Amino acid sequence: MLNFLPMLDNNKNKILSILEAVCDPEIPVLSILDMGIVRDVKFDNALLADGGIEVSITPTYTGCPAMDMIAVNIKLALLENGFKNVRINLVLSPAWTTDWMSEDGKIKLKKYGIAAPDKKNTIPKDGVECPQCNSNNTRLISEFGSTACKALYQCVACEEPFDYFKCH
Amino acid sequence: MNNYLKDYLLYLADTSLILSQRNSEWCGHGPILEQDIAITNISLDLLGQSRNFYQYAATLIGDNATEDTLAYLRTEREFKNCLIAEQPKGDWAQTILRQFFLSAYQYLVYEKLQAYNNEQLAAIAAKALKEVTYHLRWSSEWVIRLGDGTEESRQRMLQATNELWRYTGEFFITVDYEKEMNIDVADLKIEWMKTVRAIFEEATLPIPDNTFMQTGGKKGIHTENLGFILAEMQYLQRTFPGANW
Ligand SMILES: [Zn+2]
Repeated sequence: MLNFLPMLDNNKNKILSILEAVCDPEIPVLSILDMGIVRDVKFDNALLADGGIEVSITPTYTGCPAMDMIAVNIKLALLENGFKNVRINLVLSPAWTTDWMSEDGKIKLKKYGIAAPDKKNTIPKDGVECPQCNSNNTRLISEFGSTACKALYQCVACEEPFDYFKCH
Repeated sequence: MNNYLKDYLLYLADTSLILSQRNSEWCGHGPILEQDIAITNISLDLLGQSRNFYQYAATLIGDNATEDTLAYLRTEREFKNCLIAEQPKGDWAQTILRQFFLSAYQYLVYEKLQAYNNEQLAAIAAKALKEVTYHLRWSSEWVIRLGDGTEESRQRMLQATNELWRYTGEFFITVDYEKEMNIDVADLKIEWMKTVRAIFEEATLPIPDNTFMQTGGKKGIHTENLGFILAEMQYLQRTFPGANW
């Protein structure tokens, strides 16, 4: 998914593992790679000597207060690992979609207690699988949950309320 | 061109910012916790959208303009928001109906803009459209629930309609900066009415007759309400210029 400009493989792996360690501050089990927030990494061979690197990220929601923090955290992580001249580029187009969330990320999300986005339906009225007991006997409580990206559900079987990551 | 684009961006930004500010007055006061969270989430989306427009406008204006100077240091006459955004939050019915009218409008505007021949503007609009789609759904459901609810909720929706309908006219009056950008908003009226009619019908609410429409917001002529919002919103930066934390 990431469009890495020509760069040496060992650099690519190094950058990926650094970015993998930067997490979404609101869902700390997901890395920014799982979320699909990182859209591009430009590591210019000509700038190799001074470590110039540009990371393009895209916001999940325009008002997401986590974006500024994510940008700072990426910058810090790269600087700490010896990169210099780190630039963070914010891109809006194409607009972020939950389709970019990794399969691995969806599994982590469920383990964390948040139902993963359903590709077919933005906010189903019912039938979202309960991340606690796996029952599909659940109902929508509110289209807006604890953050803009989530909706609130309740499981009828085990009665636990839970967040659902809205399809976007 | 840049001058008109700048004005148009400010108009879009101001409408989102002022509505965001109004909706945020519900924070901690919503009728139930879930809806308190919903309206403040919508507020946050709108704030994010306005930031994108302000940031873009600031690059065109130059002269050390930033999103903050545009939000905090312009005067009432310089704000171009639609009048409906600055009206008091009123009761829940009024907040819901205002959101519905504006979301239905923003949906149509952003839908057009995402294909506009300006990459940056199109990208912001495409992003905003996804969020507005949720706002429109949520507010539509509430219009139906309240309109076709109890006698009390219905009365309040009728009252809100009576209060707000007059501010929907300016949505469809193309002003100079829109004209210069080849954006004809008069065209949007048919689609907007279609949405409103469908939801009002389900809510068993009557569409008001053609009445007097108050206009001027898009040109900077506001109701007395905007001054009070700005006084509150801009207080800190006006009192302690450049304050930071
Ligand atoms: Zn359950």
